[in-house]
Amino acid sequence: MSVASEAFGGPAHPGRSKDALSSERTHLLGDRLFQGLTGAMAGLVFLVLSGAALAMLLGGMLAFRTFGARFIYSADWDAVNHRFGALVPIYGTIVSSAIAILIALPISFGIAIFLTELAPRWLRGPVGAAVELLAAVPSIIYGMWGLFVFVPFVASNIEPWMSAHLGVLPVIGPLFQGPPIGIGMMTAGIILGIMVIPFITAVMGDVFGAVPRELKESAVALGATTWEVVARVSLPYTRSAVVGAVFLGLGRALGETMAVTFVLGNAHDFSLSLFMPGNSIAAAIANEFTEADSPIYVSSLIALGFLLFVVTFLVLALAKLMLLRLGGAERRGA
Amino acid sequence: MLTKLARRMVLAAGAAAALCGPVLAGEITGAGSTFVYPVLSKWSADYSAKFGDRVNYQSIGSGGGIAQIRAGTVAFGATDKPLSPAELDQAGLAQFPVVIGAIVPVVNIAGVRPGQIRFTGPVLAAIYLGVIKNWQDPILRKLNPGLRLPDAPITVVHRSDGSGTTYNWAYYLGQVSAVWKKDVGAGTSIKWPVGVGGKGNEGVAAYVNQIPNSIGYVEYAYVIQNHMKWGSVFNSAGRFIAPTAAGFQAAAATADWAHSKDFDLVMTNAPGPAAYPITATTFVLMYKQPKDPALSQAALKFFRWSLEHGQPDAAALDYVWLPPVLVKQIERYWATQIK
Repeated sequence: MSVASEAFGGPAHPGRSKDALSSERTHLLGDRLFQGLTGAMAGLVFLVLSGAALAMLLGGMLAFRTFGARFIYSADWDAVNHRFGALVPIYGTIVSSAIAILIALPISFGIAIFLTELAPRWLRGPVGAAVELLAAVPSIIYGMWGLFVFVPFVASNIEPWMSAHLGVLPVIGPLFQGPPIGIGMMTAGIILGIMVIPFITAVMGDVFGAVPRELKESAVALGATTWEVVARVSLPYTRSAVVGAVFLGLGRALGETMAVTFVLGNAHDFSLSLFMPGNSIAAAIANEFTEADSPIYVSSLIALGFLLFVVTFLVLALAKLMLLRLGGAERRGA
Repeated sequence: MLTKLARRMVLAAGAAAALCGPVLAGEITGAGSTFVYPVLSKWSADYSAKFGDRVNYQSIGSGGGIAQIRAGTVAFGATDKPLSPAELDQAGLAQFPVVIGAIVPVVNIAGVRPGQIRFTGPVLAAIYLGVIKNWQDPILRKLNPGLRLPDAPITVVHRSDGSGTTYNWAYYLGQVSAVWKKDVGAGTSIKWPVGVGGKGNEGVAAYVNQIPNSIGYVEYAYVIQNHMKWGSVFNSAGRFIAPTAAGFQAAAATADWAHSKDFDLVMTNAPGPAAYPITATTFVLMYKQPKDPALSQAALKFFRWSLEHGQPDAAALDYVWLPPVLVKQIERYWATQIK
């Protein structure tokens, strides 16, 4: 009792009224209850996460046992002969997400800098709202827009140009060769990039806005240009948050289903060329799950889901590692 | 206050339970093929207006339909791929056709109008195997002497999802091409040698419409509704047949239903002189000894009405009438097989 009273400020007073003591008890009980409740919610998240991972692992066990490590590097996806290999979906997921980040990163960076440093005040509102609206567009709309508007444009303008100018270069040539049908890895990567831009922009814009004005003003007082302020002051200050934003966008791109299945071509063919159709894990599962008519087929699809889980987890772990190292560098005064 | 609340809740629960009863009693549940969904919902609407029983059909795909009827969660399942008599016996299921449709090759070539281009079965197999790669291949030019085909690579479009349409298409290609039968085979989901995959008939139609110099295969209804450029196909009697109701009827009439056990017949490459070669049937699966005989009889009544009176509706939706001989055979099958 006296400990509780001291916790609420002040020494124990044996002469306190009964009402005050019981209200302290209910406060303590309320606190403990609140702690317990919020702890249970956090525990629930952990439970759901591990439950989902475990369920997928168990569901995919048949596939893993039948095919072993071959499941990960075999490109053979044959439902009639019951042979499944996840190379094409894994490759497609990683490559399309990589293209998405490659495209989204500079654009988001540019938008964030524009919104925080360069734009006149009256323009910040509309541009910011437009970027947020981009995030609210359902992904299936992106898929439809991609298929009906963007694909013909890519097929008639971008791919022939790339094929003629980039397809003949020595090392990167094979990436840009192939018939210009418009549907393929590159288109999917571009659309994913557009979908991911709002997320990265939002976080970047927030953190750039949070850079202390004194730092920026001191840099300007020393003669720095706007670009130098951004590159030498804002960016180093917000390094960890920027890395976090990129991995947030990457996480979205890895799991995107509907937009990708419209424009990626859904072909279980491994091809180096970015013009050729491919497949991604989420698109393969969405397309084939309802008609999977043999246990090994179902198990292979669930195993694909587990592999996506693993890929996402690896990406997140990478992000944490990078943040730790950057944080350590910052603390050491780099 | 608590007791008042408790009393109110009990009353509310009781009222809800009382209301729930009669609503669920007259509902026939089914699941399966997406191909048959449009005509089933039309039949269900008309039937419930006349007789009151409603049919609740979930179009989750043939594989899903088979899984649900095996699990006993629905009164009937619908599949585009027939089960063999052995599988039916093992599961205690009966199987009968309800609707026939056709699969049509469609192209997107500048200057080629609907009905102008002609294919044979082996040529279609060669295109889908990736052996014939260009529209100006000599074989295609010989088949279509009057047609100006472009010097362009063929973009093959197939299904990305598992589908009964794919099963029938692949089965037909296996019948006309030994190489296809050996290398690829037939299934709802197969290892396509070349091409891009669209999701559903709608996806294939969209891809063919978007990609120049492409070829795909879609259900007849989609060809009509999307005004696609269809081609005619050489049948086993030696004639090029256009995909029309007459061609499908001829195929349905000459397919060998009489000798099929449990209607286990894939009717592609039907032998009649005017038969369109790529036709497909949707089958309904029901238990021979159902756990709920009343529900099963209600479902049979619905199908009897649909087969006898619902054919004009089916024709209006671009499906094919079942020949009367086949309808009689199906009704005799019900009498002997389903209790």
